[in-house]
Amino acid sequence: MSTLDRFEIHEHDVIVIGAGGAGLRAAIEASTNGASVGLVCKSLLGKAHTVMAEGGIAAAVANVDKQDDWQVHFKDTMKGGKFLNNWRMAQLHAQEAPERVLELERWGALFDRTNDGTILQRPFGGHTYKRLCHVGDRTGLEMIRTLQDKGVHMGIDVYMECTITKLLKDDGKISGAFGYWRENGKFVIFKAKSIILATGGVGKAYKVTSNSWEYTADGQILAYDAGAELIDTEFIQFHPTGMIWPPGVIGILVTEAVRGEGGVLKNKDGFRFMEKYDPERMELSTRDVVARSIYLENKDGRGSPHGGAFLDISHKGADYIKKKLPSMYHQFKELADVDITTGPMEVGPTCHYSMGGVKVEADTTATSIPGLFAAGEVAGGMHGANRLGGNSLSDLLVFGRRAGLHASEYAKKNSSKLKLDENEMKLAEKEMISFFERDEGENPYSVHTDLQELMQNKVGIFRIEEDLKYAIEQLKILKERAKKTKIEGSRMYNPGWHMAYDLQNMIIYSEAIAKCALQRKESRGAHSRIDYPNTDPEHGKWNSIVKKSNDGSLVIEKSPLPEMPKELQDLLKEKDLVKK
Amino acid sequence: MPAECTIKKESMDAGHDLPGEGHKARIATFKVFRGDKNTGSEVEYKVPVEEGMVVLDAIHYIQRNISPDLAVRWNCKAAKCGSCSAEVNGKPRLMCKTRLDDFSSGEEIKVYPMKSFPVIKDLACDVSWNFEVNKKITPFTPKENTSWIMNQRDIDRVQEFRKCIECFACQNVCHVIRDHDLKPKFAGPRFFVRVAGLEMHPLDGADRLEALKNDMGIGFCNITKCCTEVCPEDIHITDNAIIPLKERVVDRYFDPVKIILRKLFVKR
Repeated sequence: MSTLDRFEIHEHDVIVIGAGGAGLRAAIEASTNGASVGLVCKSLLGKAHTVMAEGGIAAAVANVDKQDDWQVHFKDTMKGGKFLNNWRMAQLHAQEAPERVLELERWGALFDRTNDGTILQRPFGGHTYKRLCHVGDRTGLEMIRTLQDKGVHMGIDVYMECTITKLLKDDGKISGAFGYWRENGKFVIFKAKSIILATGGVGKAYKVTSNSWEYTADGQILAYDAGAELIDTEFIQFHPTGMIWPPGVIGILVTEAVRGEGGVLKNKDGFRFMEKYDPERMELSTRDVVARSIYLENKDGRGSPHGGAFLDISHKGADYIKKKLPSMYHQFKELADVDITTGPMEVGPTCHYSMGGVKVEADTTATSIPGLFAAGEVAGGMHGANRLGGNSLSDLLVFGRRAGLHASEYAKKNSSKLKLDENEMKLAEKEMISFFERDEGENPYSVHTDLQELMQNKVGIFRIEEDLKYAIEQLKILKERAKKTKIEGSRMYNPGWHMAYDLQNMIIYSEAIAKCALQRKESRGAHSRIDYPNTDPEHGKWNSIVKKSNDGSLVIEKSPLPEMPKELQDLLKEKDLVKK
Repeated sequence: MPAECTIKKESMDAGHDLPGEGHKARIATFKVFRGDKNTGSEVEYKVPVEEGMVVLDAIHYIQRNISPDLAVRWNCKAAKCGSCSAEVNGKPRLMCKTRLDDFSSGEEIKVYPMKSFPVIKDLACDVSWNFEVNKKITPFTPKENTSWIMNQRDIDRVQEFRKCIECFACQNVCHVIRDHDLKPKFAGPRFFVRVAGLEMHPLDGADRLEALKNDMGIGFCNITKCCTEVCPEDIHITDNAIIPLKERVVDRYFDPVKIILRKLFVKR
């Protein structure tokens, strides 16, 4: 019997891995373009991280501030990213976001309305104008449900609770993917002409995080292992406002919409400390600045009792708060016994988003591997050194659509029969089964806990050479420990086994974060070096690149920024259109 | 959990991870269903309690320290994704929203999978039927030549329905499904909420009343409001979704005056 006969095999033109905003939007586009599409997701459909997005989708539809247009959005995005963004991605994003939002409305999404009956927009950090189209503080839920309902009626086959562990190639081109079913641990193969990675981020490598169990750098490492390059991995966004008390809720997100709707940050003395760090934009400064400010207030002994700051919106009145921020109201009331309509919330930074990721071509989202595409948080470049709030949901839609379009076009052009390499599949199978073969070994959760402590303390908001070098050494030890974990129980719905596999990915990506952080001897956006506190224009001329060398080790290098056309350069030089 | 499933009693703790004698930390006793569709047992776990802890934290503690293979679904841990539904002391709850200090000190906390769906393993059950129901619902179909202008007051009601996080607690507790197992003839409260969101969308032009009456079996619901009581999003499922839909169905199919008028004036 050949290896192939042993496995369950599904065949599609395009396989999308991940069913958040980017994956769903990609699947819809590929299906519209005539491709047979399989959508594979680690959780149930509709539970991806997008569902937790709260504040809104940034798009210059100019319903509220008529002066807004794509040029201003582009400029804000580049400024927020400290000009390290891939300019073409930032341009496409700003140009296409409005159409993508209106399209959601045509598919049934119901955004909050202006008095004129158009989509209402709210202010957010780093955006010159009121730009975020929203639904209270549950915009992500509205988006994912709209896409999900659109997708399931298009004949897309959805493979839920299935984790991909290996990409398969034939003669250097993508030919499929290998994975396991969560329910019974059986292996499954997806044969495809092209694959879109839409697997999200890496936040589970940190101790305090707003990210779910799914965020373990799966797509980044699938691509890396297959030979694709990663870009700008040092940039990890710490969202300034996560819950910090009681212990059970540490890390849970408090939407930036609280500040967008007028919330103010105060230290223990009642001082609105953003006056000191960014007097012009105050609480609506960019996330990197606000997170650092809260950290510095604590370092100087002016933090809130549990090591954060006070965020107060109670002056807006109970009715307004319950209407505009209903889930924040319930979240604090039910989980922290705090009534945010009468008093402040206690908040502090939480690991939230990875700006870096798989390096892609801006227009097509293609990686360097023929047939492999990436969109959403798993891809890097769009947000540079720091992402603006609200730019993620629009990123998912703009580049999800582009990924679906170009992956399906690629599939049409490459209709020749692809072969699955039996050897590759055997190796992939062996790797997953090996966890069960040891009689002795550590609990994978202990290794994970140590990884999270290490990344939180040594590769967190503020970084310094000795910490980064220490972390790189420790990661080697963790990598060895992770290879020797022991799994209890069977392959059936076994989170310990899943963790053992996810750990490998998280550790490799953590190494990429630490090594690129060490290489970047300056502070820029979300990357703050205590030993190099200034932004150095020389370092603004290159992106970090990570790849797997022939001997299997992780190597990093610098790559010059793509050259920006003159008209966009001139645009960035223009004076601000409004005084912020 | 299937009726033939036998319940054994076992006890496990973390050994060294529990605070030693003299420590002030409170210890909570959990009894968690461990097993699959064929067999299962109630296993006792001792878990140290932290301030503000929720049931899902305790389940994670058990995974990390005692039983790494304990199966559970979760994602956001912030009551936004609806993944971690279970029956806690017999009540359908989101584990991420159920605080330990809601229980009296010393009270045992039993955590079981949702009863109305087949168990896969431990706390994870097979909810795939729900996704099949959704596929059959006519999707949003905009009226022709719409301007896409909508007033907030006209969408407030629909936005309530769109808060649903698909935790399926309402499906689990609905006695038409739980006690009478009338699926697939009966779609369940989650999908009446879904249809209400479409039917009351100001710009939707499709008609789902026949499907509601025939394929979705809305008539089986006798408005006991069990679904409304368990909804973690406080959606008024019965009053705002099901009853108005029932009225629309009755108006069309069972109103004698309308039936006569239709017979007299129906286009031939």
